[in-house]
This record gives sequence, C-alpha cells and structure tokens, in this order.
Amino acid sequence: MKKPNTPQLSLRVPEPSGRPGDAPDFSHLRFDAAGAVDRPDVASTPYEMRDHAFQLVRVLDDDGKAVGPWNPNLDPETLRQGLKAMILTRAFDDRMHRAHRQGKTSFYMKCTGEEAIAVAQGMILRREDMGFPTYRQQGLLISRGYPLVEMMNQIYSNASDPIKGRQLPIMYSSKEYGFFTISGNLGTQVPQAVGWAMASAYKGDDKIAISWIGDGATAEGDFHNALTFAAVYRAPVILNVVNNQWAISSFMGIAGGLETTFASKAIGYGLPALRVDGNDFLAVWAATKWAEERARTNQGATVIELFTYRGAPHSTSDDPSRYRPGDEHEKWPLGDPVDRLKQHLIALGEWSEAQQEEAEKDAVEQVRAAGKESEAIGTLGQSRPSVKTMFEEVFATEDWRLVEQRREVGV
Amino acid sequence: MVTASNAPASTPASGDVVPMNMIQALNSALDVKMAEDGNVLSFGEDAGYFGGVFRVTDQLQQKHGLTRSFDAPISECGIVAAAIGMGAYGLRPVVEIQFADYIYPAYDQIVSEAAKLRYRSGGQFTSPITVRSPYGGGIFGGQTHSQSPESLFTHIAGLKVVVPSNPYDAKGLLTACIEDDDPTIFFEPKRLYNGPFDGWHEKPVSPWKTQEFAQVPTGKYVEPIGKARVMREGNDVTILAWGTMVWVSLAGAEHAGVDAEVIDLRTLVPLDIETIEASVKKTGRCVIVHEAPKTSGYGAELSALVQERCFYHLEAPIARVCGWDTPYPHAFEWEYFPGPQRVADALKATMSGGR
Repeated sequence: MKKPNTPQLSLRVPEPSGRPGDAPDFSHLRFDAAGAVDRPDVASTPYEMRDHAFQLVRVLDDDGKAVGPWNPNLDPETLRQGLKAMILTRAFDDRMHRAHRQGKTSFYMKCTGEEAIAVAQGMILRREDMGFPTYRQQGLLISRGYPLVEMMNQIYSNASDPIKGRQLPIMYSSKEYGFFTISGNLGTQVPQAVGWAMASAYKGDDKIAISWIGDGATAEGDFHNALTFAAVYRAPVILNVVNNQWAISSFMGIAGGLETTFASKAIGYGLPALRVDGNDFLAVWAATKWAEERARTNQGATVIELFTYRGAPHSTSDDPSRYRPGDEHEKWPLGDPVDRLKQHLIALGEWSEAQQEEAEKDAVEQVRAAGKESEAIGTLGQSRPSVKTMFEEVFATEDWRLVEQRREVGV
Repeated sequence: MVTASNAPASTPASGDVVPMNMIQALNSALDVKMAEDGNVLSFGEDAGYFGGVFRVTDQLQQKHGLTRSFDAPISECGIVAAAIGMGAYGLRPVVEIQFADYIYPAYDQIVSEAAKLRYRSGGQFTSPITVRSPYGGGIFGGQTHSQSPESLFTHIAGLKVVVPSNPYDAKGLLTACIEDDDPTIFFEPKRLYNGPFDGWHEKPVSPWKTQEFAQVPTGKYVEPIGKARVMREGNDVTILAWGTMVWVSLAGAEHAGVDAEVIDLRTLVPLDIETIEASVKKTGRCVIVHEAPKTSGYGAELSALVQERCFYHLEAPIARVCGWDTPYPHAFEWEYFPGPQRVADALKATMSGGR
C-alpha cells in the first residue's frame, strides 16, 4: 500500500491533559491578567479587534479588586443582587440533584461553576428580549425572578407543569420571561435566535436576541449557519459559546478547541469576538453590555466565548470520575464565580462572611419552601397533567387522527 | 368531467379572473398576501432580486422592498432556522427551498424544531412558517432535482403537508398555508408549473391557459387545507393521487377505459379521510398513484387506512402505482416515472379482481 521511501502517516486523536488518577494540568491554557485586555469601541470592525478573539477579558484580580478598562463599575446593590441570584441558582441545583437521587425526577443537570454567565446576562437583557438557552442557563430564569416552584413543577412533570409533562426535566419554556423553549438537539436554537433578531430588525423594533451553545456543539452545522446569517443580515443578536471544557466526556480539544479559540471562529465570518473569563461576574457583565450596545445600535452581532469549567457531571446520568482527574474542578485556575464575587463585595466593604452565610441560608430556605409547595402537587410518577393534554397542541386544532386516538386512550 | 367548483373556496375570490400558470398563481398568492400583511416575507436561495430559479418570487422584491423578499445563503438549514425564529417573533415567513432534494439539510430544523415548538412549549411558542419547495420528476433532473420526499414529512407530528395540482388550488392553498398557525410544507410539482402533464412524455405539454383550473382570481381567496377535490367522478374504482400524478391518473383512467373516480388529495396532512372513505365505499376498489418510491411511501399509509375503514366494501386488493425503490435515475426517467400505461394496467388488474 505505502510507497517505499515515503513517510508513514499517522492519525492524531487529541487527548486532554489529564485522565483519572493524573494530577490536573492546565499549563497549556493561557490566561491574561485581570485588566490587561483593552476595551475597543463598540463601533470597532472585527478586523480591528482580531486579538480579542485570543485574549481573555478579566476584571476581578486575585485580591477581589475590579481593575482595568472593562470594569463595569457596578453599584453594590446590583452586585449583591447578582451574588444572591448565583447563590440561589446553586442552592436550587443542589436540591434538584438530591431530588433526583431520591427518585423524585428522572433527570437533572447542574450548572455548577457557570452561574455567573446566565445570571449576569439574564440581569442585563430586557424582559422583552429573547434568550435561546441551552440546558445550563437556569440562572437566567432565577435571576429574573421566575417562580422556583414553576421550575420544579416542570422538573417533576406534575399536574402543574407549565409545559404539561411533555419535556425532559430542566427543559423550561417561558415566553413571558424571555426564555425560548429548550431543545435537546444541540445547536439548533442558535440560528433561530438569529432569525428572531432579524425579525426584530425587520419590524424596526428595539428588541435583541441572545443565544448560548456549548463548546462541543460548535461543531454542529447550525452554529456555522447562524454565524453566516448573523453576519450577512447584521442581526441584533449576542451569540455566546460557553466553553466549559467538557462535552459529556469529550474534552474541548475534540471540538477543535486546541487548534484555536472558539471566539476566533467568529473572525472568518466577519463578526467581532470577545473571549471572557466566564467565572468573573464583572467580566461577563462588561462583555455582554458591550455586545448589547453593539446590537441595540444596529451594528450587528457579537460572538462571546465564555471561558469556564463544568464543575458538576454533565447530568445525573454521567460520572466524570471515569474520564477526568477527580479534583480537576477544584484546581481550575479561574476559581469559583460565587467565591470571586463574594470576595469582591467583601473587598469593597459591601458584604461580609456573615451576610454570605445568611444569604446561603436564605437561598436554601427559599428552595426548600418552593420544594415543599411543588412536592405537595406531586413528583414524577406521583402526579401528572391530564392524559388528554398529550393529544393537545400538536396543531392549533386537533385533526381527526388525534381525536380518534385520544378516544382510543379513553380521554 | 373536471370541475373547479366542486370544492368550494372558504372565502369568496375577489378581483378579475385571468389565465395563470402555476408559477404565476403562486406568485400572485405571495404578492397578495405580502400586500395585505406586513408580517409576511419571503426568502430563499436566488429568491430575491432574481425572483427564484423557477420565477415564483419574481418581482416581489421590486414591489415590496428589499427586506420583504431577499436572497439567502446556500444554507437550507439556516433558512428554515431563521424562519422559525422569525415565526416565534410573530412574523409569517415563507421560505423557498430551491429543490425538494435539498430539503434534507433542513430536516432537523423542520422535524425537531418547527414541528414541535407548539407542543414542547405548552403552546407558548408557535411556528407559523411556510416552507415552499418544487418537487417531483419528469423534467430530466436526475437524482438531485426530481425527488418526492413528502412521506418523510407526513410521518412527523406537528407538520402539515400540502401539494397542489393546478394553478387555482396552488394560489388558494398557498394563501391558506401562509395564514395557518402551524408549520406547513408546501410541495410544488414542478412538472406542472407550466401546464398539466398527462404522463405521455412524447406528447407536447398543453399550456394551462386551455384549462379551467387556469382561471385564477387576481385578488385573495383561500382553499381550505384538509379538503380533497374530486377531479373526476366514477363508479368502478377510486384513484388517490396528488401533484403531477393527478393528471397522470386522469390520463390513465381514460386510457384504460375504466369508470374511475379520481381524487386529488391536495393535503396529505391533515388528510380528508371522509372523501376517501365515501368514494371507496361507493366504488369498492382503490388504486393509489404516487411518484415517490413504493416502500414506506405515503401510499402505504393510505392503503392501510382504506383497508382499516373500507375492508368489507372492497372487491379487489388495493393497488399501488409508484416510483421504484431506486434513486431517481436520469437516463431511465420514463421507465421510472409512473405513467398512464402503468396506471391503466393497475386499473384493469383491479377491475378483474387483482393481479
């Protein structure tokens, strides 16, 4: 087969820097110091700001101080509100994870380590804007005050499930809260967000769209279609890539993350890109504000790579100890988003360990109260909407097949 | 025999009645709806300035503006996904997939997303989009310009599938699809764009203007989704067909000299089961004709439905005349394409109690 005297080819399959039993090693990653990256004008061309696709926007330094040109100078009340929403998100995750272990639901997905992203972005966007989330943006609903009990009713598929027992737990849907219905098919929502944003521009409105996709799913064609449409029609949309290092058990190198940054994928499409410390509430806030201003002033889309680490398993059906070093999350160089914002507020003299403890207790209490209310309605298998609803809303009106089949079920 | 009046329109037509071919009728439907409703817009590959490779969107950009009718990147998936987002916003986008053979890259967006939005969001989000796509063979298009993928969409909960067979219905049904609150897949039989085609490929195509169905009102009217049309009344056998096969079936019935009732389904989902059931119970026989390959084609579903509902009225096995289970060929198109001769053979076999 091989001709003589020619080199033998070999196939490379990328491997992560550590496997179970290894010490965590992040020496291949580059982190710019807090405050080191400049803040371009929102009117900059993608060409002018190419470097931003490779740098890392950070605001909070190791001492919890906000430094550099990206410091959004938020007032303490906004910071406290953000911290409390992150604490509540984590408490919610913990309880729902336990509820799964207790057999109250079939499935759950935590966002541990990624709370700053959805919370900050959920606080920035207006209620009439539309978010096209993945399954790890529960912080979006929580930061906007969506009732926890409604989230739990969805997770339990109980009689009060707002989407009537039709969706996998955690696949929420709320038009009122700017939360587009979640799809289990990865990446599909990104070009839809672009279409939604195009519609707002077509109508001459002032609403914008925001979407999220994981690092793994950027390999889906939908992501690339979305970038093309967003650039071509200058859609008012923020396109987030949450690079949390892991697509179930496949590390980000399998999605192309070793060859270049995910942010840099925007460059080929003529879109500006920012690469941001996703565990830094202030950096996420500042970058999102920058992209928001760009979108709202009719200058088009921005791609934001949010550099973070998925601390928890992919889902309750996953065991990360089988494919990565057990303590890798604790060693993540960008730390924990909740701790970092807490330290910042304490450094400002606007928060204390005692207040933190109080806030955590309060969050647990809120979640417990919502849990009791939801569980009183029922958990999975103990309660569910009328079976009649199974046949409803397939179409705006039932056709004869659905009527006949519903009668066959006897409802 | 052929009448345009036996399936009354749900809204009265307005405007002058003028001869149109199917392309002009579809163009008129879009033009009238875009003039009436600012939420209707149209886009697709080459569908803007140039007006579409088949000219269905001709002049819409010039009449309604650049943002109402525009060109899209060669990304069927992106086109449908953008339409879904627009539909969720409150618009009524009509997108063109240049050939139905190219709809497969958009399949996930149509099947997993558009079809399911209403259901999975508990009715909070809907997808009132129309996906137009020229389909079918008989134009020497080879494998990538001739397929009939309708059955792939009829299997999907949440989609409506509509196929007109003439200019009058094309305009009325497309108008209905645009106004429908659910996602509709609208397949345009491109062999019929310029004139009815009876399947005798050596005969010249007769222009639509000689046909009653080419008398199309210039104003707005709606043909209801879910209503079949009896194209030819008969007593001995019922033929179920749609698109180009309606005309092939009419020619086949004439060629066989059989008193066949020919039903143009017009809408595959939702299906007009009442008209089918009444006809088969009257005639006692059923022949199904479609262009798509036989295996798991929509004919299989129709055959099962007729068997379930009309078994004790049947005097012969249900017959299917379909495309073969091969990819669509180029050089062997007329051996592949179900023509009047095959329809006539099936009718005769059915009349003598089956093969």
